[in-house]
Amino acid sequence: MPSPHNINLTINGASKQLSVRPWVTLLDALRHHLELTGTKKGCDHGQCGACTVICDGERILSCLCLAVMKDGSSITTIEGIGQPGNLHPLQEAFLEHDAYQCGYCTPGQICSGVALMKEGRANTREEVKELMSGNLCRCGANTNIIDAIMAVKDGEHE
Amino acid sequence: MNDFNYEKVTGIDAAVSAASGASRSFLGGGTNLLDLWKYDLAHPEKLVDLNGIDELKDITELPGGGLRLGALVTNNDTAYHPVVQERYPLLSRTILAGATPQIRNAATNGGNLLQRTRCYYFYDPDSPCNKRKPGSGCPARDGHNRMHAILGHSEQCIAVMPSDMCVALAALEAEVRVTGPAGERKIAFADFHRLPGDHPEQDNTLGENELILSIDLPPRGFAAHHTYLKLRDRLSYAFALVSVAIGYELDDEGRISVARIALGGVAHKPWRVPAAEDLLLGREPNDTSFALAAEALLAGSQGFEHNTFKTDLAHRAILRAGAMALDPSCQRPGAKPSL
Repeated sequence: MPSPHNINLTINGASKQLSVRPWVTLLDALRHHLELTGTKKGCDHGQCGACTVICDGERILSCLCLAVMKDGSSITTIEGIGQPGNLHPLQEAFLEHDAYQCGYCTPGQICSGVALMKEGRANTREEVKELMSGNLCRCGANTNIIDAIMAVKDGEHE
Repeated sequence: MNDFNYEKVTGIDAAVSAASGASRSFLGGGTNLLDLWKYDLAHPEKLVDLNGIDELKDITELPGGGLRLGALVTNNDTAYHPVVQERYPLLSRTILAGATPQIRNAATNGGNLLQRTRCYYFYDPDSPCNKRKPGSGCPARDGHNRMHAILGHSEQCIAVMPSDMCVALAALEAEVRVTGPAGERKIAFADFHRLPGDHPEQDNTLGENELILSIDLPPRGFAAHHTYLKLRDRLSYAFALVSVAIGYELDDEGRISVARIALGGVAHKPWRVPAAEDLLLGREPNDTSFALAAEALLAGSQGFEHNTFKTDLAHRAILRAGAMALDPSCQRPGAKPSL
């Protein structure tokens, strides 16, 4: 059996050492090895976006990359976005605009939305919808999710 | 899902030699390979991670005015690169019509060319499939074939090559630069992907142990008149049923002096017919002209029970794309129809 690889990941600013077999996805490393269960496994096949995290400043699907591929990288998960009592503006906007129901897609939506705003490429509502299309919401909160992002983009939540 | 070994390499020679021997796979973004591995459709014994090879991560100008896209540059980095946006906006817009931002941030240029079909039967390891298991049969021919080919198919296989980026690369007449044990060579884009014929298990003409180094674009980018039109069952994040990449240049009298049209979603490779493009020479860019080209481009089209709509849809898409290309600024996100 292939030996485990020792890797270093910076997770939400903290340096973590892990020993993982090559086939462990970043998603499973986060959830099982690091017990950061905020990031969700929706489909495990890159089709739903629930596993979206921010890696080296870019949003990616953690189910479709291996932990060993990210040795040395800096990852932000939902646990690193806002804190109870000090929410990120997008989290406040999600509350105000009723942008989640069951909450399962929500960590991925927020990581994706935070990254989208930092990318600075989506201006119109149509562009925001297009660039958020990788995050599915089976409860149908999509319209409100877009409302929340547009509100933060337009400076309604400081 | 099988266990596999993993090695990260930092040089091209190391990659080529690490790859020989045991069933291996080069690892770029992993967005297709890991999906296939999870579904038990790919069984690499070792993954050779190419992401440490810095010399494959650049986009550089070529002497003569072309542009070299490194194989390990991500799809998003390519689409948003200022030179690509300025000189090859057709490629930029086409890439951005595919997948999602998260996938495009990881998927590489080389990997995009090598992605496999999404035929439902190919994706079911318990199903017969001549592409996965030569000789086992093609259930798609008499089965659910909405997403399948209408052109260039064979008795053995009616699968479609699902990449958007490849449709633009076909229209732009890119070259794929590869290396391997026998040295470096270039493959014209039209020759990179195969038609299924009697060997549907071979998607492309890349040799075993050959590594894609770059995709080289010629100087002509059709920046003034181009569009990508993608028609699909959802507004976003779905493969094309039919797509059209078109670029043309107009002379001083407003007539077409050169044109390139490639279709996606209809065949085992992006579908181009140079004779159809030649029909546009000297003609005005209007519906009558594009209808002539469309007829030639779709000649011999033969659908199956659930996809015969594609022929008429492709014809109309070519006309619409021809009109949209007059003013590329009308292009909408997700390559949706505009005008």
